[in-house]
Amino acid sequence: MTETGVSAALSLSRDRAPLAVEDLSVVYGGQTALDRVTWSSPASGLLAVVGPNGAGKSTLLKAILGLVPTSGGRVTVFGRPVDAARDKLAYVPQRAAVDWDFPATVLDVVLQGMVRKIGLLAGYGRDHRERAHACLAQVGMADLAGRQIGALSGGQQQRVFLARGLARDAAVLLLDEPLAGVDAVSESVILRVFDALKREGRLVVCVHHDLGTVADRFDDVLVLNRSVIAAGPVATAFVPEVLGRAYGVPLAVT
Amino acid sequence: MTTFLQIDLPALLGALLAALVCALVGNLLVLTRRAMFSDALSHVMLPGVLVAFLLTGSTAAPAVLAGGVVAAFVAAVLVHVLVRYGRVDPSAALGIVFTTLFAAGIVLMEQSGAARTSFDVHHILFGNLETLVWAGASGPGSLVDPQALALLPASIGHMALSLAIVAVVLYVLRTQLAVVAFDPVFAAASGLRVRLLDLALLAATALATVAAFEAVGAILALAMIVCPAATARLLTRRLDAQVRWSLAIAATSVGVGYAVAVLGPPALGFPIALNAAGTIGAVSGVFFIAAAALQRRDGVAIAGRRA
Amino acid sequence: MMDWRALVSILLLEGGWNTVVVMVGAAALGFACGAVGVFTMLRRRALMADAVAHAALPGLAGGFLLGAALGLPGRTPPLLLAGAAVAAAAAAMLIDWLSRRPRVTEDTATAAVLAASFGLGIALLSIAQTLSTGGQAGLDSFLLGSTAGMLASEAMLTAALAVAVTIVLRLALPKLAAVAFDPPFAAASGLNVARLDLLVTALSLACVIIGLRIVGLVLVVALLIIPPAAARFWSDRLGVVVAVAALFGAASAYVGAALSAVLPDLPTGAVIVLCAATLFAISMVAGSARGLLPLAWGRRRRASPASGMPAAPRSALP
Repeated sequence: MTETGVSAALSLSRDRAPLAVEDLSVVYGGQTALDRVTWSSPASGLLAVVGPNGAGKSTLLKAILGLVPTSGGRVTVFGRPVDAARDKLAYVPQRAAVDWDFPATVLDVVLQGMVRKIGLLAGYGRDHRERAHACLAQVGMADLAGRQIGALSGGQQQRVFLARGLARDAAVLLLDEPLAGVDAVSESVILRVFDALKREGRLVVCVHHDLGTVADRFDDVLVLNRSVIAAGPVATAFVPEVLGRAYGVPLAVT
Repeated sequence: MTTFLQIDLPALLGALLAALVCALVGNLLVLTRRAMFSDALSHVMLPGVLVAFLLTGSTAAPAVLAGGVVAAFVAAVLVHVLVRYGRVDPSAALGIVFTTLFAAGIVLMEQSGAARTSFDVHHILFGNLETLVWAGASGPGSLVDPQALALLPASIGHMALSLAIVAVVLYVLRTQLAVVAFDPVFAAASGLRVRLLDLALLAATALATVAAFEAVGAILALAMIVCPAATARLLTRRLDAQVRWSLAIAATSVGVGYAVAVLGPPALGFPIALNAAGTIGAVSGVFFIAAAALQRRDGVAIAGRRA
Repeated sequence: MMDWRALVSILLLEGGWNTVVVMVGAAALGFACGAVGVFTMLRRRALMADAVAHAALPGLAGGFLLGAALGLPGRTPPLLLAGAAVAAAAAAMLIDWLSRRPRVTEDTATAAVLAASFGLGIALLSIAQTLSTGGQAGLDSFLLGSTAGMLASEAMLTAALAVAVTIVLRLALPKLAAVAFDPPFAAASGLNVARLDLLVTALSLACVIIGLRIVGLVLVVALLIIPPAAARFWSDRLGVVVAVAALFGAASAYVGAALSAVLPDLPTGAVIVLCAATLFAISMVAGSARGLLPLAWGRRRRASPASGMPAAPRSALP
């Protein structure tokens, strides 16, 4: 194959990739958070983004979603700019980012996932409510729909956020530490939802802290430390040599 | 009866409309911790309205409303510049901007001679509910007499119009504004135009403040933005219910406050009346403090009032 | 128009005994406010002082009415000041209590207390207005500040405030710095954070009450906010920031009082605030530590890339 042929094939696969970033850089107040990251995601499955603190994991998610100003590079979602493909993406931010005393019920929060699907004057209709209830059932919280959000446990809050993401019916879900600090029940519920999403052919991208569980729970991995250290299937990319480079210390993966 | 129609009715009506429009915008401001921002806005109305007056030579509603809204935008931009480029703490930036603009307004007012025409500090801070008079009223029949109704003070019409505009804008944008208030990051990730929605809320707040400012003064405007919404927040855990409660509390504050101001001192044997706008503001604060004091451990102020 | 020659002679303290008294008194006030304001700014409680200042109005009116009821002359300064101090302290306690209630944010508590107590003040003032004792003009000057008729004893009071603030801050600076930087760590190291916070609150209350007379209750908070924010541009060291803030505060008040002596129509408070704002604008552009020009210059020399703020979507409302 000629050189142009190779790059054509590469760019073709990039164009099809749900997420592709090219030379992406983000600078925060003089500090480089992401340095010329080039990466394209697999078509579907469960993917963990790992790396040390300050490696730019959350920043990568936000940059893909266009939530932080980038200082260079390009992001495409199914080959299109992110603004043209927002409905393909669902974001599940960290729980700590919002005021849980806000006057809203669990159902209200899940309905927010469909805020772009309602008319200018109309509120949420019956079909929206039915879908919200279905999403809540998926995360095992059907009976808590009327509960005030301030009265939820941390794990339940996380599941509500996941349900809100599910309500967007997106091909790609981007989750920021969805398993951090949740109880065992919530964790198993969330993992079950992940598997269902994978079976439906969707892509789940998780910022993940717990290196010990990456191999069990995820198919692919992106090891990040401001730039891409390694990316690919867990079997090939999640190896001690790569992690040693990312974390700066030798780490055993068991 | 005629005295009531001529003097009390227009004052009550003016205070009520001002209270409702302010309480409406107050709900989202209180939820997003921007109560002190509305304090800043109420102060920058002075330079805004004054500059509009000096430029157009008129105290007519369009000039006054435009001046107030423009001043609000200028203040918001200045605060943004201080925070973004000067790395000033946001609340300090707010304090710097509103005190400076207010001081500039005072100096401009004195230097331009406007202080001796239609502006004075008392009017601006204290409001002039007492000067709202319905000269056309001659009896209960005037309430259905178009000619007499046309003689209602113009500022009542302006406030009714502002209330209608603010209510429509907030109603149309209610779902989006709620998402932005709860989780702006998720809202942006979902493709909502967060900045535009914030600007709409800013414009609605400015319109409410300037409309109220014209009739009841800056401080009552602030009291009505903050106190009814903050009280309602303690009474319910649903946003739509909170908005309805805040409107009811605002209306009650007006009724009770006005009654206390007009009927209170005579009842105690003093032949005077209190400043109505001030009394209404104080009453709304008493409601808020009472709700906070009566809160149960689970945070709901009235027993059994769970949504 | 402004008489420049008169202004210069006043600035050189040639304006006669009364003007000198006023300007020295104002400068002392600006000095104290600037120094104390650094700590309210660092504890992010700058706007609480605004609420407390507005809440002084019912106290002033109450003091006035009490004086009238007791048959004292219309405006009895000690009684007015005492009333203002009591009301302001009550407001500070009320804000503190309210913001510890569930689902009441500090911001909401501050704004609610500000508006409601000012409303109460206006209501009480309307009684004072109808008591035609002729002393009501005295109350008016507390709104926007005035130096006219300021007594030497009042100037002495502000000088005493400046001295007291200097001594207290000099003694407590290391502890206050620790609390401002990291309250949990300071508490864990055995510092009494609540008591040190109370010290800052008490000092800022004193500044506000004494400042009412000169700057007025609507704008006195500016002297606690603007000079410290301006000083922050010139240094990253706390001691230096405090000194510069005190200096900026004193200079703003001194020049502002001089200007309002030349232009008698202008409320003193507004002029002082504009002087402080001018210093702030200069500092933001030119300040050696965080000013825009030095930063831009330093950045170009280091040739590091332009910075973006860490940003969730930016809000038009702060």
